[in-house]
Amino acid sequence: MAVLEFITAGGAENLWPARMQMALSLGWHIIFACFGIAFPAIVVFTEWRGHRRGDPELTGLAHTWAKAMGVLFAAGAVSGTLLSFEMGILWPGLMDRFGEVFGFPFVLEGFAFFVEAIFVGVYLFGWNRLSPRAHMLSAVPMVLAGIAGAFFVVSANAWMNNPTGFRLDAEGAVVDARPWAAMFGPSTWPQFVHMWLAAFMVTGFLVASVYAVGMLRGRRDRYHRMGLLIPLTVAAIVTPVQIGVGDWIANAVADNQPAKLAAMEAQYETTSGAGLSLGGIYRDGELRYALEIPYALSLLIHHDPDGVVPGLEEVPVDEHPPVNVVHLAYNAMVGIGTALLLLAAWFGLVWWRRRRLPETAWFLRAVAVSGVGAVVAMEAGWITTEVGRQPWIVYKILRTADAVSPAPGLGYGLVAVVVVYTVLTLFTAVVLRRLARGHDTLAPQEAGERPGSS
Amino acid sequence: MTLAEAVLGAAFVGLLAYALFGGADFGGGVWDLLAGGTRRGRRTRALIERSIGPVWEANHVWLIFVLVVLWTGFSGAFAAAATTLYIPLTLAAFGIIARGAAFAYRKSVSTPAMRRFFGAAFALSSLFTPFFFGAVVGGVASGRVPPGIAAGDVVRSWVNPTSFLGGTLAVLVCAYLAAVFLCADARRDGEPDLAEAFRLRALVTAAVTGAVGLAGVAVLRADAPVLFAGLTGRGLPVLALSVVAGLGAIALLLTRRYVLARLVSALAVTTILVGWAVAQYPYVLLPGLTVEQAAQGRSTLTALAIALAAGAVVLIPALVYLYTLFQRPPAVNDRGASAPAGAPPGPDARS
Ligand code: HDD
Ligand code: HEM
Ligand code: HEM
Repeated sequence: MAVLEFITAGGAENLWPARMQMALSLGWHIIFACFGIAFPAIVVFTEWRGHRRGDPELTGLAHTWAKAMGVLFAAGAVSGTLLSFEMGILWPGLMDRFGEVFGFPFVLEGFAFFVEAIFVGVYLFGWNRLSPRAHMLSAVPMVLAGIAGAFFVVSANAWMNNPTGFRLDAEGAVVDARPWAAMFGPSTWPQFVHMWLAAFMVTGFLVASVYAVGMLRGRRDRYHRMGLLIPLTVAAIVTPVQIGVGDWIANAVADNQPAKLAAMEAQYETTSGAGLSLGGIYRDGELRYALEIPYALSLLIHHDPDGVVPGLEEVPVDEHPPVNVVHLAYNAMVGIGTALLLLAAWFGLVWWRRRRLPETAWFLRAVAVSGVGAVVAMEAGWITTEVGRQPWIVYKILRTADAVSPAPGLGYGLVAVVVVYTVLTLFTAVVLRRLARGHDTLAPQEAGERPGSS
Repeated sequence: MTLAEAVLGAAFVGLLAYALFGGADFGGGVWDLLAGGTRRGRRTRALIERSIGPVWEANHVWLIFVLVVLWTGFSGAFAAAATTLYIPLTLAAFGIIARGAAFAYRKSVSTPAMRRFFGAAFALSSLFTPFFFGAVVGGVASGRVPPGIAAGDVVRSWVNPTSFLGGTLAVLVCAYLAAVFLCADARRDGEPDLAEAFRLRALVTAAVTGAVGLAGVAVLRADAPVLFAGLTGRGLPVLALSVVAGLGAIALLLTRRYVLARLVSALAVTTILVGWAVAQYPYVLLPGLTVEQAAQGRSTLTALAIALAAGAVVLIPALVYLYTLFQRPPAVNDRGASAPAGAPPGPDARS
């Protein structure tokens, strides 16, 4: 019965279930958000090529994708709604005290989503009702709004990592909130660019992997080749840039959040000429069973093999983040990122030399798993960011434990969210599979034919 | 009007838009539920689906808009309401998820059993979600949400007579709006018999809503005295306007002037909500937290006001475009026809 007690308890016991509920809802939403950011651009590009070359196979591909986009957009919108409730339901201490500082980007985000939702509706509904030119133009606001929305939300998260744009008085109350300034803290640009590129990698690799599976099953017609080629090209172009941006963001973390960096590297002692550790388990200030690349960390952070990297010993013990989670998540992101870079290079090389896809089945198998890989890398990146910030919800200012709602029975929410999202995930998979197979189905924003019009 | 009032007013306008547009979408789900067996209800369901398909997502964002403006401009009151009322709010969010997902997915599944399952999920959550939102409004309006984090009773704040009244009225109003809106849609689509059926439904729900509203006066008197005093005092002219508009809408339905009936019905619903706001003014949370006390600092409110004004300039033309496009008949410019002559049929033509 300990479990039941745990769930029904109020107060401080709410912390763990609330964190897990938040993490699950965000981790689910972000996958769909990636499609909201990157898919419109890929779909419109494909449609444009189709029209320009008079290639109905490409416009057909774009239409199929547009329908999938509609389904994914609907799932993203409803899961985002739950998130905006949860910000208040789970973290009133955050909203109450800092809502006026960092709530503002969410308002702008609200407008961006509004525009995106309107034009997703226009784009799908207008497929047979607008001229090709008007139709593609109607997609422009959708593409721009997706990018803007991502910027605003990520800037809110970047604010939690590096709060700026306000002062605290002697009692710790916010005075002089400057919401515009709060949106442009030191983490905002690296985090946004990194997330934006991640969205293209997730979407590109995931869509390509669907067609790779089809080709492995013997459907090697032009339709499938194009379905693989276009998104894979996008992802392959983005991947090397993303690795470079990863270096930028790691430096931003080193400058602003040394405790997070130390946890990412599972490094206890402040060291000069620090090595880069891969894997391993951290216990009592020591990392065991890890593979170490000498000097690599100092090189990466300071571009100097003897640079000093601060360790966790500099941070009071009660401010240590959960090191193992952060370290392994970070390793997973970087490891998968490197693997995806190799895949992109393989594809790029063969294309450059021969103007065709690599022919071996191993290539298709690699593409088939790349989609899941990109998703895992992105989730691992977020776990690095969010768990690495612990125990702070607002870095160095507000502890997560002080922000959680004390309402009794809050823990049931976690159970409910687990159930709801499990069911939802199953159904989403079923529906997307059907969309991938047939062209006869309709997206939620498309209207069925009116009687007598067909 | 102060800056805080202007910002809160903008959030309230968002709430009105959500009640009218989102509300009608929910009501569509309610009629879907009551449309009868698979075969008999087929045409009704198709009509409902056609009329909310392209717009429901945009309509839904009004809710997000209200939330984010409140949490930025009135953070403390928002945190108080969200924590005390977290149960109905979570249930409403689940309803939104179930509804959106079921609506989106049911078109893509082919087996009748799956379709029926998603259809039922869509319809049932269309019933529950407005009920919980109505209960939330009832909790706030009857003064059961005190300022402070989780300061109110997490159960009794929404399990009480006023919340029950609010929930019931919300469902009825949604159903009524949907029925009125669908009359005109059915006629435009050339389905006069469906238009007649929805006209009857609109008239019946109008009568039921009126009766519940009357009974509700007694409930409020006993359970929410402050609100009651406000409604019968300062709010009385607004309430009277609501009754007049309701009666006018019935007259227009009886004479089958559907487009005008839409507008007048919208006015009737708007005035109910405005009545609530007027009755509660100047308090955000009864019995003591006023708009000015709840409002955040000046620079945040200014930023909000600027963003709201600039956003409206982008948003309103976009919404108008969506709704007008949506009234346009399909296939005026079929893509198949616009493809270059001689091109092989695309995969779209395969189905
Ligand atoms: C496909 C996805 C993907 C890939 C391949 C990478 N990342 Fe990443 N990473 C993300 C997706 C991501 C992310 C999910 O988008 C995060 C979470 C928060 C953020 O802004 O981006 C992130 C966060 C994140 C952070 C934490 C930032 C913070 O807490 O402020 C660091 C230091 C890096 N990344 C570094 C890297 C490096 C050095 C990579 C080189 C291989 C790399 N990432 C590849
Ligand atoms: C940009 C938007 C985001 C915002 C505003 C945000 C906000 C929050 C908040 C308020 C919490 C709870 C407090 C805390 O634990 O510090 C949290 C925790 C968490 N979030 Fe995020 N988050 C965002 C994106 C994401 C994404 C996309 C993921 C993907 C997995 C994620 C993963 C997590 C995890 C794992 C936790 C729990 C950390 C822990 O308590 O150990 N976040 N986030
Ligand atoms: C890094 C984190 C996030 C990113 C990049 C992101 C991005 C997006 C995007 C692009 C959409 C458009 C819909 C779609 O494409 O599916 C969306 C929907 C939404 N998101 Fe997120 N989001 C993030 C986190 C959050 C958080 C933390 C919240 C709220 C607290 C939130 C609330 C919403 C809401 C309410 C919607 C629905 C809007 C609509 O109905 O169109 N998102 N998100």
